[in-house]
Amino acid sequence: MAEFTHPRTRIARPANDGPLAIEVQDLNLWYGKFQALFEVDLQIKSGIVTALIGPSGCGKSTLLRSCNRINERLGYVTTTGMIRVLGHDIYAPEASRIQVRRQVGMVFQRPNPLPLPIRDNVLFGYRLHHAGRSSRGEEDALVESALREVLLWDRVKDRLHQKATTLSLEEQQKLCIARLLPTKPTVLLMDEPCSALDPAATAAVEDLIWDLRGNYSILIVTHNMAQARRASDECVFMLMGRVVEHSATEDMFVAPQRRETSDYIEGRFG
Amino acid sequence: MTTIDPMFVATPLEKRNHTIQQLVRTLLLAVALLLVVPALLILGVLVVEGAPGLSWSFLVDPPRSNGAAGGIGLPLLGTLWLTAGALLLALPLGVAAAIYLSEYARDNWLTRTINVAIVNLAGVPSIVHALFGVGAFVHFLHFGKSILAASCTLAVMTLPVVIVATRESLQAVPKAFREACWSMGATRWQTIWRVVLPNSGSGILTGLILCVCRAVGETAPIMFTGAVFLRSMAPQSVFDKTMALSLHLFNVSTQLTDVPHHLPFSVALVLIIVVLALNGTAIAFRMRLRGRKKW
Ligand SMILES: Nc1ncnc2c1ncn2[C@@H]1O[C@H](COP(=O)(O)OP(=O)(O)O)[C@@H](O)[C@H]1O
Ligand SMILES: [Mg+2]
Repeated sequence: MAEFTHPRTRIARPANDGPLAIEVQDLNLWYGKFQALFEVDLQIKSGIVTALIGPSGCGKSTLLRSCNRINERLGYVTTTGMIRVLGHDIYAPEASRIQVRRQVGMVFQRPNPLPLPIRDNVLFGYRLHHAGRSSRGEEDALVESALREVLLWDRVKDRLHQKATTLSLEEQQKLCIARLLPTKPTVLLMDEPCSALDPAATAAVEDLIWDLRGNYSILIVTHNMAQARRASDECVFMLMGRVVEHSATEDMFVAPQRRETSDYIEGRFG
Repeated sequence: MTTIDPMFVATPLEKRNHTIQQLVRTLLLAVALLLVVPALLILGVLVVEGAPGLSWSFLVDPPRSNGAAGGIGLPLLGTLWLTAGALLLALPLGVAAAIYLSEYARDNWLTRTINVAIVNLAGVPSIVHALFGVGAFVHFLHFGKSILAASCTLAVMTLPVVIVATRESLQAVPKAFREACWSMGATRWQTIWRVVLPNSGSGILTGLILCVCRAVGETAPIMFTGAVFLRSMAPQSVFDKTMALSLHLFNVSTQLTDVPHHLPFSVALVLIIVVLALNGTAIAFRMRLRGRKKW
């Protein structure tokens, strides 16, 4: 396993710092007749990175996708229970799916930039939610700040009109994060965002995620224990559709409370 | 919670977008329905007018009084012969050509020429195919006016659609599967046979469906190459002439007088039922294939 590159400093954050980023209550989810999530209760704090770990097929992606209601498109998904984002019920009748997705951004496993110029990728979400044409200067400023935030600006500022699909995978993934930012989301969901990347690119994207911490609440699925350990504040361990353990990352890796957790972390199954 | 959540409430812009989305959806649905209406009307008229004339004896008896009375046994049989012949010729040839074009051919002038030829062949009117059939199969190859010559003509006519449908479905098989195969030492042919073809059955069936539709329905290409208005005997071999449903329909609806009112409708109804039955089988197969597909 890779050595620690540089242990990240964890700034102690005051507890009860505003509302919870995500609050899941008694969530059950079925794909058709198959139940994928069982009575999930979870409280994700604001402004920190929470890692979601567990063996393949335990429902990590499903839980993540429930948090921005992207599962609904499938048409055969039934959900019971409650999910609140910043204290607001996202499944409430008056809640709009579109607004939920705008507030809760998502990054996928394989970088999926749209086959458009870099600049248009960054502005895509913004334009969807912005009436009328905004001035060129306004858009330029948005593009620059989003790309700066993901540490990509210096590398791409001279080729903003090039197709985004020509970038390297690492750059593509950073761009996929950047394009979420102009609509000012509060929560970022990331589903194994580094698993298509090489170690150097992984470290770079990890650094970036760590930098975004504080401004955004981040929930990240990872299969990489070293990554979970070095780049998260809290850790959630799932098994067969249930949350088994949720604690500060250090506690989980040093002194896991449950037998299943230590088995998994130490690689006895997975 | 009794308070209204301001956070996820739809903005005016979103409401406008939603309205547009609903409008587009309704519009598209209307267009789709509009396309179904003529098809249903045709079928409806045929069933209402033609169904009373249907009976077992109508299906198996030979025509009498030049076709103005009796059944349609011989034309029906002839159509099945012609369709089977066209399928047997067009499917293997078309699939083979598609495999070559999709899996082996490099992008050079030969390939481009072949592709242009296929596209143009698809656009040739059927009467021109008919004349080609007369020249090539009836006379040059000495098949005479026969089922064989007519089937060959139908096959040539349907080849382009078989090739295009198959080629598209071969190309829809992800490149990653081929690479996985090659990386384990499979030859191109092993890759095609074990991985690519089993996963493109649906396209081949689409080709088959299109082929059946044209072979059953076309009149011009067969009337000069093998089909006749009247014949008192069932064909014994592919070198015989035969009656055919499409030509029989042409005959009873335009050439003969004193035909009972329902007869043309009944013939047309049987023609459509034959197409639907053959295609229904292929479509059922295709749905099973697609249902199995998991990527
Ligand atoms: N779209 C789907 N339709 C049906 N079953 C699904 C679907 N997506 C996931 N599943 C099932 O739900 C379970 C959880 O899947 P997932 O959330 O993707 O797990 P993880 O991300 O932890 O590997 C698995 O058993 C999987 O087979
Ligand atoms: Mg997953």
